[in-house]
Amino acid sequence: MVDVPYDGIAGTAIPPAEVPDVELYHPKSWLTRYVFSQDAKIIAIQYSLTASAIGLVALVLSWLMRLQLGFPGTFSFIDANQYLQFITMHGMIMVIYLLTALFLGGFGNYLIPLMVGARDMVFPYVNMLSYWVYLLAVLVLASTFFVPGGPTGAGWTLYPPQAILSGTPGQDWGIVLMLASLILFIIGFTMGGLNYVVTVLQARTRGMTLMRLPLTVWGIFTATVMALLAFPALFVGSVMLLLDRLLGTSFFMPALIEMGQLSKYGGGSPLLFQHLFWFFGHPEVYIVALPAFGIVSDLISTHARKNIFGYRMMVWAIVAIGALSFVVWAHHMYVSGMYPYFGYFFATTTLIIAIPTAIKVYNWVLTLWRGDIHLTVPMLFALGFIITFVNGGLTGLFLGNVVVDVPLSDTMFVVAHFHMVMGVAPIMVVLGAIYHWYPKVTGRMLNAGLGKFHFWVTFLGAYLIFFPMHYLGLLGVPRRYFELGDAAFIPPSAHSLNAFITVVALTVGFAQMTFLFNLVWSLFEGEPSGGNPWRATSLEWQTPETPPGHGNWGKELPIVYRWAYDYSVPGAAQDFIPQNQPPTNTGAVQGAAS
Amino acid sequence: MSAVILFLGVIAVIAGWWLSQQRLTSKPWLEEGSIHDFPGTGAVTWPAAKVGLGVFLAVAGCLFTLFVSAYSMRMTLVDWRAMPVPKVLWFNTGVLVLSSVALHWAYIAARRGDMDGVIVGLLAGGTSAITFLAGQLLAWQQLGAAGYFVASNPANSFFYMITAVHGLHLTGGLVALGRTTAKVWRQDAMTAEMRLSVELCTIYWHFLLLVWLVLLGLLTGWTNDFVDICRQLLS
Repeated sequence: MVDVPYDGIAGTAIPPAEVPDVELYHPKSWLTRYVFSQDAKIIAIQYSLTASAIGLVALVLSWLMRLQLGFPGTFSFIDANQYLQFITMHGMIMVIYLLTALFLGGFGNYLIPLMVGARDMVFPYVNMLSYWVYLLAVLVLASTFFVPGGPTGAGWTLYPPQAILSGTPGQDWGIVLMLASLILFIIGFTMGGLNYVVTVLQARTRGMTLMRLPLTVWGIFTATVMALLAFPALFVGSVMLLLDRLLGTSFFMPALIEMGQLSKYGGGSPLLFQHLFWFFGHPEVYIVALPAFGIVSDLISTHARKNIFGYRMMVWAIVAIGALSFVVWAHHMYVSGMYPYFGYFFATTTLIIAIPTAIKVYNWVLTLWRGDIHLTVPMLFALGFIITFVNGGLTGLFLGNVVVDVPLSDTMFVVAHFHMVMGVAPIMVVLGAIYHWYPKVTGRMLNAGLGKFHFWVTFLGAYLIFFPMHYLGLLGVPRRYFELGDAAFIPPSAHSLNAFITVVALTVGFAQMTFLFNLVWSLFEGEPSGGNPWRATSLEWQTPETPPGHGNWGKELPIVYRWAYDYSVPGAAQDFIPQNQPPTNTGAVQGAAS
Repeated sequence: MSAVILFLGVIAVIAGWWLSQQRLTSKPWLEEGSIHDFPGTGAVTWPAAKVGLGVFLAVAGCLFTLFVSAYSMRMTLVDWRAMPVPKVLWFNTGVLVLSSVALHWAYIAARRGDMDGVIVGLLAGGTSAITFLAGQLLAWQQLGAAGYFVASNPANSFFYMITAVHGLHLTGGLVALGRTTAKVWRQDAMTAEMRLSVELCTIYWHFLLLVWLVLLGLLTGWTNDFVDICRQLLS
């Protein structure tokens, strides 16, 4: 830790930032320490475990879907309704309950206070409530598997009118509980989001200016601001759809014949729901992507032992993407019918948003250029992310154009596109980040050999799954179909390809078990890591204890003297200089605090 | 969706102004040293709770603006039949204004350190807010008695839904107000923490009053001309 704080102007010592700047909550029992905890680190672990558990359910659902697609008619326990239910739940869980919760609730809670040099989140009690409301939302969601009629099969977009009409699976209970669960999720997230934003704004330690924040914090911070402003749209849409379903209002429901009878609805606009849904839905893509962008920047810089290229540009790009992502939503609605000039406008904004995104990709590559690249497991996943994200982003340019999107819109091409850009790419970052920060959370390293096996199977497998899927889409193979049947434009080879994809998907899925085994095994048997195994600069690696104790920083808060990317500084004794190391003794060896 | 785009535009201007104060063009890789060398980039001097309330108001504002957006899109469809305005809404609006004024009174008293004034202001504010909520329920009852049910026309559905959401926000505010009142009740002298609580309640009340006035204009159709003008400007 810092012994003699340094003042650049007068040379006088700055009085250390003493403890009482926040009144810490003190757990009194095992229950308040580990269960109803207000410590952001515990809440982070609770969020991560809950999100991973429900994510595993979604993974199993994807296996069931693949079994049906690869070998149609073979499995009698999957019928058409169930297939639709699997699709819906898989999509909703992965996008909202897994990725959003994991990046913001999990990584956000763990990393924000540690990286900005705070003792905890600013509103710990609200933070605790956030987790419990999230857990309730997950339980309500999971309960739909057991109610009469099962979960909703409306597709993850829940488009009315079909979402609440009879004939759609889960029309009784599934859709109601799904909407209730979403409303709960949004309430819980808002509580957590307030914490993440205000902690970054108000609880940064001395010297931690915005431009000295690690990009991880910038990514999570911007994504949280976006989520706070975008989730209300889903909230409004869910409340109105729920009223349509329960009270018979006609916000979204047009007059139509249901089961041979004129329904009670009339005059509503399904397009209105689509606007609300995608006003949330498109920012959601970047709510997941921006934390991934931030984390991957830090992984690459640390494991290539080089400062991040174009830090300022990276920050500006994050902010620009955050702002632009609110004016592209209707590119999800090209085939829903809209005024042609709107399509033109949204195609243009969609292409513009590729610019800041491309800047980020260039900067990652330029950070790697002539770096001292260590092919550690986190680095492998970070590299896997860049490649996958570029692949998925390029097909996004195809789909962003109206004339290309219209024929491809309902095909497997779209499925391949968003799984590359929003499924595989962020998951690569999640996995890389877990390998990177696991030592800080547990004090032990994950097994690197198993990790490398895990990476190569996952990375190669993801490409074997999703690359052929683009081709299927170009052939015209439709998405969301339970069975393809005998269509002239689908050659037998496409069916074989589907079977191949299924085999690979199951293999990759089961390979994830090595990761779960690694997580548990390393907790007890992993090599002790010390405080800073990657020799990283940012504050979370400089805590006096590992895993960080309650309050994070012993008696005094750290004082920050530099940005987070002082790697391989010429003339410095070590190839990294921690953020809290005063400038006078850059040459002196300051070992990692342990 | 133009209302919510406009709202986000305002948020973006505020965020942009704030970011412009944060030296986003600095070159952190050259700026090693103590914070005093690089002034003006610390945290805002506001208390965290106040910043937190500000962020929450942005979220709540976004929520209400989205309801307004949905309302203005839905009202152009052919089946829309405007609803009569229950007279009691006038009374309710007056009571809500009173409530806001009373809380502002409490806020001023808190700054002066006048404990009795704070208690009176908080109690008056709380009572009139509860009266407002009761008045809203009365309005629902009158509409129901006159045959304007929630599902009989989209205008009705929006009326019930939006007033309910506004009422729920006010109810949440009443919980905070109750806690603040209890805190003030138990103390003999004003503390900075209590002053902050009173101030936050007052800000929230003014916000909800503003939201109510906008919603009232929309629900009663007074702002229809304005909405039409905006719509023509856009298309």
